[in-house]
Amino acid sequence: MVMEFKPDKPIYQQLIDKVSSEIIRGDRTAGDKLPSVREFAVETGVNANTMQRVYREMEHLGIVETKRGQGTFVTENLERLQELRTEMKQLYIEAFVQDMGKLGFTVDEMVEGLSQYQEERKENDD
Amino acid sequence: MIELQHVSKKYLLKKALDDIDVSFPIGKIIGVIGENGSGKSTMLKLIAGLLQPTNGEVLIDEKHADRKISTKVAYMSDIDQFYPFFTVNQLVDFYESQFQDFHREKARDILRLMHIEGDEKIKHLSKGNRGRVKMAVTLARNAPYILLDEPFSGLDPMVRTSIVQGMIQYIDLQSQTLIITTHEINEIEALLDEVIVLRKGKILGQQSTEDIRMEYQISVVDWMKQLYEGRTKYE
Repeated sequence: MVMEFKPDKPIYQQLIDKVSSEIIRGDRTAGDKLPSVREFAVETGVNANTMQRVYREMEHLGIVETKRGQGTFVTENLERLQELRTEMKQLYIEAFVQDMGKLGFTVDEMVEGLSQYQEERKENDD
Repeated sequence: MIELQHVSKKYLLKKALDDIDVSFPIGKIIGVIGENGSGKSTMLKLIAGLLQPTNGEVLIDEKHADRKISTKVAYMSDIDQFYPFFTVNQLVDFYESQFQDFHREKARDILRLMHIEGDEKIKHLSKGNRGRVKMAVTLARNAPYILLDEPFSGLDPMVRTSIVQGMIQYIDLQSQTLIITTHEINEIEALLDEVIVLRKGKILGQQSTEDIRMEYQISVVDWMKQLYEGRTKYE
């Protein structure tokens, strides 16, 4: 169905994030074929120019590969996909640290908070 | 490319457009936005060759825009303009007889996508379905320039969604350019490459929508509001 986009970030970047997350989650795996630019544009409700840019940038980032006459596929370079996972983790950590920082928490407090959170979850699981 | 050079349009004493200079790049979806009476519809009619400027010149691929420009420009009016006694099929036949670039198969595909039956009479269609039919016959033309005047006004959200999907699917931006006037920007924000903001016959701004999100981290609607309030300077 048509996607909702945030107003504070270019749509092409939000779409790259979406596809990257799907790959990391395993919803799309190495060698999977992506829809055509047109299909994906209709599906998400964006313009074909924007989707073309998404595909071009993802190819540039080495996340997907375009095979002439066959379409676009998630790369089979597992090392790159592992890197992508690390990059996404880094991205989310930075965003988290920044948000918490704005509230006045130090990184030490965040680490302490996270291990406490983990302890509590373990206890609840028991 | 479409160019307006020093274009003014007066209706008696009222200035609808006031010394406008603007160009529309090809291969993009461009929104012309602004409050009621800002000159959006006048601008579109000038490009369609339906009106002539009081001053200045409207050029389409370097040719003067007059009535003959309709071979290059497909224009969809914001009012109902079809013979009510036609069936949808007869309307398709009529369009085929009028426009060389009209593709019957494409029209059928779009009508099917929008769940419209060919043997229904136009006058028996709901307002939403008339809007869909209007869109279908306009998009079925392989014209290099497609102009849509307020394609969403008075239509419910379901119809809007199907119209947006029709646009994405059936416009080929390799060879076509789409210009839409609207004040319902939220509906098509994700669809636009570029926006032109009008106010009282003047251009307040023209910018790529991705650049607006990148530079100001705000939606196109908020950007327009800021321009209207004079908070963002545009050069």
